[in-house]
Amino acid sequence: MSTVTFKIWRGDKESGKLVDYTTEASEGMVVLDVVHKIQATQANDMACRWNCKAGKCGSCSAEINGKPSLMCMTRLDMIPIDKPVTIQPMRAFPSIRDLVTDVSWNFRVKKKIKQFKPRPPDAPDGTWRMQQEDVDRVQEFRKCIECFLCQDVCHVLRDHHKHEEFIGPRYLVYTAALEMHPLDTEDRIPELKEAHGIGYCNITKCCTKVCPEHITITDNAIIPLKERVVDDFYDPLGWLWKILRPKG
Amino acid sequence: MATSYETFEYDVLVIGAGGAGLRAAIEASAAGVSVGLVCKSLLGKAHTVMAEGGMAAAMGNVDDRDSWKVHFADTMRGGQYVNNWRMAELHAKEAPSRVHELEAWGAVFDRTKEGKISQRNFGGHRYPRLAHVGDRTGLEMIRTLQDHGIHQGITVHMEWTIVTLLKDGDRIAGAFGYDRERGRFKIFKAKAVVIASGGLGRAFKITSNSWEGTGDGHSLAYHAGAELVDMEFIQFHPTGMIWPPSVQGILVTESVRGEGGVLRNKDGKRFMYDDIPDNYKSQTSTDPEEGWRYTQNDKNARRPPELLTRDHVARCINREVKAGRGSPHGGVFLDISWIKEKIPNAPEHIKKKLPSMYHQFMQLANLDITKEPMEVGPTTHYAMGGVRVNGDTQMSSVPGLFAAGECAAGLHGANRLGGNSLSDLLVFGKRAGEFAAKYAKENPNVQLNDAQIEEAAKHALEPFEHGAAEGGSADGPYQVQHELQNMMQDLVGIVRREDEMQKALENLQKMKERASKVAVYGHREYNPGWHTALDLKHLLTISEATTLAALERKESRGGHFREDFPDKSTEDAKMNIVLKKGPDGKMQLRREPIPPMPEELKQVIEEMSK
Repeated sequence: MSTVTFKIWRGDKESGKLVDYTTEASEGMVVLDVVHKIQATQANDMACRWNCKAGKCGSCSAEINGKPSLMCMTRLDMIPIDKPVTIQPMRAFPSIRDLVTDVSWNFRVKKKIKQFKPRPPDAPDGTWRMQQEDVDRVQEFRKCIECFLCQDVCHVLRDHHKHEEFIGPRYLVYTAALEMHPLDTEDRIPELKEAHGIGYCNITKCCTKVCPEHITITDNAIIPLKERVVDDFYDPLGWLWKILRPKG
Repeated sequence: MATSYETFEYDVLVIGAGGAGLRAAIEASAAGVSVGLVCKSLLGKAHTVMAEGGMAAAMGNVDDRDSWKVHFADTMRGGQYVNNWRMAELHAKEAPSRVHELEAWGAVFDRTKEGKISQRNFGGHRYPRLAHVGDRTGLEMIRTLQDHGIHQGITVHMEWTIVTLLKDGDRIAGAFGYDRERGRFKIFKAKAVVIASGGLGRAFKITSNSWEGTGDGHSLAYHAGAELVDMEFIQFHPTGMIWPPSVQGILVTESVRGEGGVLRNKDGKRFMYDDIPDNYKSQTSTDPEEGWRYTQNDKNARRPPELLTRDHVARCINREVKAGRGSPHGGVFLDISWIKEKIPNAPEHIKKKLPSMYHQFMQLANLDITKEPMEVGPTTHYAMGGVRVNGDTQMSSVPGLFAAGECAAGLHGANRLGGNSLSDLLVFGKRAGEFAAKYAKENPNVQLNDAQIEEAAKHALEPFEHGAAEGGSADGPYQVQHELQNMMQDLVGIVRREDEMQKALENLQKMKERASKVAVYGHREYNPGWHTALDLKHLLTISEATTLAALERKESRGGHFREDFPDKSTEDAKMNIVLKKGPDGKMQLRREPIPPMPEELKQVIEEMSK
């Protein structure tokens, strides 16, 4: 048992402040346990999201001592607790209350991305054949738990508020998963360049660093997509080929 | 005036956006009716996301001896023959199509060498049957349904909670609830309602369920007049984390055992070999070498006893701990690291097959499962019981009210096989959506009853009034919730006794009284104290249903174990226990004979037990 002090942001759309809570912590506790304990004993009305408590649902995203993290996967022995621990909501999204932010923008963005469109089935029974090595990379992207920590840390969204022009790392990973899906036949490259603003990403890799699923967002998803955009739009030979290739 | 609340009108309203709710909404929408979908959390966060092992479907991709008949017989044997056999039949026949459909919507399952969907071994399944993606199959499933569903014209209301269902005479007419963000009341007018609200694990202290698993759907349906059945059957998953204390209950997937993991007591003994039930003897290995070969897909080998059904494994663990042979923190050891004796690159293999388990233990317990054994113990995981439905249509005894997934009962009988849940969600989610849409098309509009709505609104705000009036002296919602969870764990848990359950019933009456007086403070905006206060009614309702049914079943079967009646009874084998709200508001119980199984299904079971 040790005593910990948490400075938790309490407030709403209009205003808010950090409030100190002191409580006892026991071995193995994670940040979310402490927040729950404070909620049950000192602040029944403190708002926070959570579901699985095992890093699988991506609900309890927050900024712990300024670092975008899942509260359920941050053990107290991973952070200094000899001084107060600061818990704040994600900064890239508008506040609703306390640790809960309005992440609805993410759901709207996803809807704008063209959905999966498979090729006709490979076998007469309506099924497909794919090799494991061909789906490994897509499976990496599909590990995403939609915690939106990558969106939170991305300076294009966080500092420059380009929410209308840039879909953010999460949806670049989502697009990559569709584009590299062995069965998919859709083309999402033109809108990546224009409406989805892939050019805004200047590959600082902050998103990769905070991903709790350890998806190599920048190297495996964003850079290959940027290359496809370049191939489609800026490669002079490819361009010429598109004009000259036999039609029909 | 009730009309001052914002009102939404749909042909079909779906409550719950896990696998069953999403699948139902997609199907209803495809049938051309308007569909609303309400969920307590954000879309894609429902408990389905936690499912790890896979979904059972007899596709025969890995072992072509598999067929719907074997799957049907396995499900009935696992459920100890009190299942709704019609649901078990439909489930076994339709699961493969539902899996293929997910692939057509973009799911990316692990593959066999021939490029087909790979299938893995799981407890109680005779052949490798679970389509899977590492150990994150639930995430793959919910994300696929979500990403497909958002393009189907379904209106989603995220972070809204339903407080009560609305009726028009005997018929369902909609639902009344609030949005969590602002705390404003909302009315849904709907010709058909599908409940897909999941489980009730939060009635117990140690559980794998999230805050959402408070039995809302069970309770909403019950208070609307629907029947509940099989409520005594609760699955205690044998392997939950037990250390450190704050992670107690979090699930350790059965795939660990499917991939060769073994259970040992503190003396290093594989205690599962000590007790193999008679009806599984012919299918279970008696020698560890054969068991290992089974996990490596040797078609001639029989399963290791670690892969017996969950109810049995949980009780064996309980026995070891009670006999003083447990691990330091009151569980037993689950070891996958030992496979390094068998295969090269074992650590890499484990990380590839069980990535999220590796991650979970590293992060939460600071333990490397490729090097050390895990400490595990039983955790409340799944409710076999729930809303009693028609096996074909999923309609309850209330016209227009449907249920699918964990909150519906029947498929699993006394014990669910691992992997049969995800396939249940898809098979019966689809059916519920299909028949709810059909019902909505064939029936006239409903009328809402203002008095019922006003009553519900008044009731929902009472905790704030208590807070204002009592000035801090009343119980808070969390206090009552914690006491209830401790009590259910101690008195109606994995091992049950008449006197303890009688005591639980008495305590429940007192807790109901206290719950009706809990006080909350603050505003209505995103106030978890208030939400917890409103959930108490559901938790108390399902706790009472579980206790009453468990008292009535004077035998031990599947997820229901009576210390005072440790054997099976031939009388109780022929009946289900049905609960219904009586005209006086009290819970009424009756024993209902299980309908006779058709000859052709009987033959299937006989054939398969050879």
